[in-house]
Amino acid sequence: MASDSIAINPAAVATRSIGERLHDWVVTVDHKKLGILYIVYALCFLVIGGIEATVMRIQLMVPNNHFVSPEVFNRLFTMHGTTMIFFVAMPILFGFGTYLIPLMIGTRDMAFPRLNALSFWLTAFGGLLLYFSLIGGNGLYGAGNAPDVGWFAYAPLTSRPFSLGHSTDFWTLGLLVSGIGSIGAAVNFITTILCMRCPGMTLGKMPLLAWMNLVMAGMVILAVSPLTAAQIMLSVDRYLGGHFFDTQAGGSAVLWMHFFWIFGHPEVYVLIIPAFAFVSEIIPVFSRKPIFGYPVMVAATVCIGFVSLSVWAHHMFTVGMSSYANSFFTITTMAVGVPTGIKIFNWIGTMWGGKIQFKAPMMFCIGFLFQFLIAGLTGIMLAASPFDWQLGNSYFVVAHFHYVIVGGILFALFGAFYYWFPKMSGRMYNETLAKWHFWLFLIGFHLTFDFMHVPGLLGMPRRIYTYEPGRGWEIWNLIVTVGVLFQIAGVLVFVGNLLWSLAKGEVAGNDPWDAWTLEWSTNSPPPEYNFARIPVVQSRRPLWDVKHPEDPDWKYE
Amino acid sequence: MRCNEQTRILVSKAAGVLVLLTGFLLAVRLCFGAPLDSTRTPNIFRPESTPADSIFHLSLLVLAITGLIFVVVFSLIVYSIVRYRRGRSEDHREPPQVYGSNQIELAWTVIPVLIVLVLFLATARVIHSVQDAPEPHGSIEVTVIGHQFWWELHYPRLGIVTANELHVPVSDSLHPTPTFLTLLSADTDHSFWVPRLAGKTDLIPNRVNDTWVDPHETGIYLGQCAQYCGVEHAKMLLRVYVDSQEQFDNWVHSQERAAANDGSTEAGRRVFESTGCINCHAVRGTVANGRFGPDLTHLMSRDTIASGVAPNTPENLRNWIQNPDSIKEGSLMPAMKLSDEELDALVAYLGTLR
Amino acid sequence: MSSASVSGSSFEPQWILPSRGRVGMVSLIAAESAIFTIFVVAYIFYVGKSLSGPTPRDLLTIPVFATICLLSSSLTIHLAVRALRSTKIGSFGFWWFVTLTLGTIFLIGTAREWHRFIFHDGLTVSTNLFGTTYYSLVGLHAFHVTFGLIVIAIVMTFTLLGKVTSTYSERLDVFSLYWHFVDAVWVVVFTVVYIIGR
Repeated sequence: MASDSIAINPAAVATRSIGERLHDWVVTVDHKKLGILYIVYALCFLVIGGIEATVMRIQLMVPNNHFVSPEVFNRLFTMHGTTMIFFVAMPILFGFGTYLIPLMIGTRDMAFPRLNALSFWLTAFGGLLLYFSLIGGNGLYGAGNAPDVGWFAYAPLTSRPFSLGHSTDFWTLGLLVSGIGSIGAAVNFITTILCMRCPGMTLGKMPLLAWMNLVMAGMVILAVSPLTAAQIMLSVDRYLGGHFFDTQAGGSAVLWMHFFWIFGHPEVYVLIIPAFAFVSEIIPVFSRKPIFGYPVMVAATVCIGFVSLSVWAHHMFTVGMSSYANSFFTITTMAVGVPTGIKIFNWIGTMWGGKIQFKAPMMFCIGFLFQFLIAGLTGIMLAASPFDWQLGNSYFVVAHFHYVIVGGILFALFGAFYYWFPKMSGRMYNETLAKWHFWLFLIGFHLTFDFMHVPGLLGMPRRIYTYEPGRGWEIWNLIVTVGVLFQIAGVLVFVGNLLWSLAKGEVAGNDPWDAWTLEWSTNSPPPEYNFARIPVVQSRRPLWDVKHPEDPDWKYE
Repeated sequence: MRCNEQTRILVSKAAGVLVLLTGFLLAVRLCFGAPLDSTRTPNIFRPESTPADSIFHLSLLVLAITGLIFVVVFSLIVYSIVRYRRGRSEDHREPPQVYGSNQIELAWTVIPVLIVLVLFLATARVIHSVQDAPEPHGSIEVTVIGHQFWWELHYPRLGIVTANELHVPVSDSLHPTPTFLTLLSADTDHSFWVPRLAGKTDLIPNRVNDTWVDPHETGIYLGQCAQYCGVEHAKMLLRVYVDSQEQFDNWVHSQERAAANDGSTEAGRRVFESTGCINCHAVRGTVANGRFGPDLTHLMSRDTIASGVAPNTPENLRNWIQNPDSIKEGSLMPAMKLSDEELDALVAYLGTLR
Repeated sequence: MSSASVSGSSFEPQWILPSRGRVGMVSLIAAESAIFTIFVVAYIFYVGKSLSGPTPRDLLTIPVFATICLLSSSLTIHLAVRALRSTKIGSFGFWWFVTLTLGTIFLIGTAREWHRFIFHDGLTVSTNLFGTTYYSLVGLHAFHVTFGLIVIAIVMTFTLLGKVTSTYSERLDVFSLYWHFVDAVWVVVFTVVYIIGR
């Protein structure tokens, strides 16, 4: 591709003041800036959520500890879960999507740039509203500040008699507001992907990242809405004297569980599918081969999207549903493992016969493969409902989902950071520091989350602020806490690397990885208009066709 | 240079794998092996009752299948990153660009589907055998009512009301005497979990759930609430006393009696009946019939107080009455603010409630 | 509406993608449908489960007139947009006004029903399960009607000021999808509340 930016006379660009630049960021509707805003916002909350986790781990390090009171501990696990899901994982994945999708499909911006900005600011405001509870949650009774009802806020614990003050309302409203932001972002993703692809890019030729974000956005539309509905119902109960979940008036606590998990389960697929997208873009480039089985990867993702809407009550195996209901949700949950497994095989198939380069993005993706495999298998164990009657609500489940979220999603995210950092900033990160980050974090992750499975097997329930000595849980809890130190070290190296590289990294150029999708055809960082001319594509790897005109992809696809 | 780095990576990866494997085997050994004090560790892999046993056997199948899948896929990943790494040759030619293969995709779709089918059928069998088990004639019936943060226990056919420490008879496979539990809640969600006896079942307000156990060995089995229910969820402990038939019958007889009336602790009884105690607590055979807190008729027959948190000693009873937050911060027991003499008399009275 | 095809390329087939407004509106409608579905499920689940207080059978009368008004407004909005596309501004203005009126009549009908329930029959959102689920479901729908009417009123104002031309027909067509959705939801709510739930 010929020069893809229009030369600007540097002398003509006046130096702008800090105020003007900040103002620019606040009013921007440019998808790249909004993407970065989402990502930076999420990273700030990652640190906060990490501190919450660290405090909990110190409390649980030894039995009968008094590092924090039970009230504080209960608020910590509620805020940690809520923060990490809604104000770290969702924003950061929306952020990467917002940044990358227009670039990868060859267009200038998202379909609705102002909606894009609105969605970000709503999400951001929701997070601030949640944390405002630390100040404003006291209400009339002075009882509690941050919410302490758990991130899934089961009824009737959330009803007025059991949740005094306003802390639960900050949880409800904060998530309601950010949920509307998420739905807005999802509408934008779907419309952009369906309506703004560059000429020649049929649905069968768009990058897997675009496909996966399309499925993810569809799931957000169908899954976040039930949560919004349930939160409206909870607010009607708490403020208007309604009885949706009021067991004293004949209401049903289980109904909240159904509504929440109809959201909650697809939500975790909303989180993992963009992680799949990153891995599907990075592994081919560093194996020097196209993704193995593109059509099957698309079909498997769509399949996961649909089937995951039918598995939600596997979070409710212990509530006393009939054996038929339990069997139904067992088979659907096991079934969703099939397309997921197929994707793992396809990633292995991509590496097979390739020439693998062990740069930081690839190392994190390989870590993802190992860890997601294990996480999926512990998921299959939990799918067997009788086994879940023992393992559910114990530290085994906590270990399982952290394995998916930290071992899977966060590792894929670190890979994505390193892979696209050169494009976003124009500079290369430091590879040595990145490798230090990888190994430190890997050791910490495994120390914490491998050994966390054991207390669950030995009968330790979740959400307990302390435990008796002599139950056989002490040594495992201690090891789990030690792992946190390594993870903190890894994250510090990561942040240091990013900051240092922003200032002093080597200039990256358009295409430091010799990659094949459209974002690598334009400058690093891309100009505001993305491409000087809208590209025209003929295959799934347009830059491969340009670099290998004798052997282009479109001959074989 | 690059080769050294790659070798280093591989050695580190191999070391990491070895550490993982060792840790895993250690964990398995510890779970299945003897070194842990098995009476106190609620290890799900040491079941002592049919539901827990069925789950244990199912788990062996599940672990075997998932273990096999892990070994196969893990080996494939390791092999591919070792064999197909870019080597010393600094070769910048691209490898053969393979787009996919329908046969392979079919194979690795069909095999997982078959595995899922096998797993599901084995699982469905256990679901039905545990959940739909019929209640035989000699079974004991208990109604468990969950409270924040204690367990109310009724034996409706035997006319017994007690709290926190569940006594059941041991069950023999030839003449089974299982215990069937009906699970209710007075306030918010709880969950009944005694890992060595059965999987957990939730107690949900406005809903009737049930579960059953048929312990094969006498002993004390520990458990606790497994659904977050508020501030002191962590200290809503459960103790199941599996008695021999004779011990159980003795226990029933002693529980069925009304409260012992010693006479020597008249002063204490007056404190009990004139301060707020009778608003929440019941002592059968006296004016006290409050239902908000545990039944105290046979308080001294229990080993622990505050739902398993503290041993049942006069010292602890004293602290519990005077300053419950020192034992269980946030529990719904109010600090009674009695004088020292009143407290002494009261504790002496409670000591007679055998 | 198609996205412009790029000059300077030798790409022969015309590159046509769906219209952004339509896809966006359909996605939004999907999300709103999911929200309404949850409220409908809650309503159906709680039918007959109120422990006390007035029951649907006691209170509900089928709102025939209001329903006819609302459903006809779907027809009139369609006629309005069609007129606008053919640049018949006067005809558009007329049908648009009729739509506004019909929608408002529907809302007034709901308001009168609620007034009767609250002040005459003693049914509020906190009375019992029927009250909670009824007011929430019908209220959520009425909220969406209100929002739609506000937009219709704004467009009506611009029409009277002479600012609406046929170039806006596509946007108003997209908006009319929202209005049709609101009507379709009413069909479901009507069936569930006034027919099945009684």
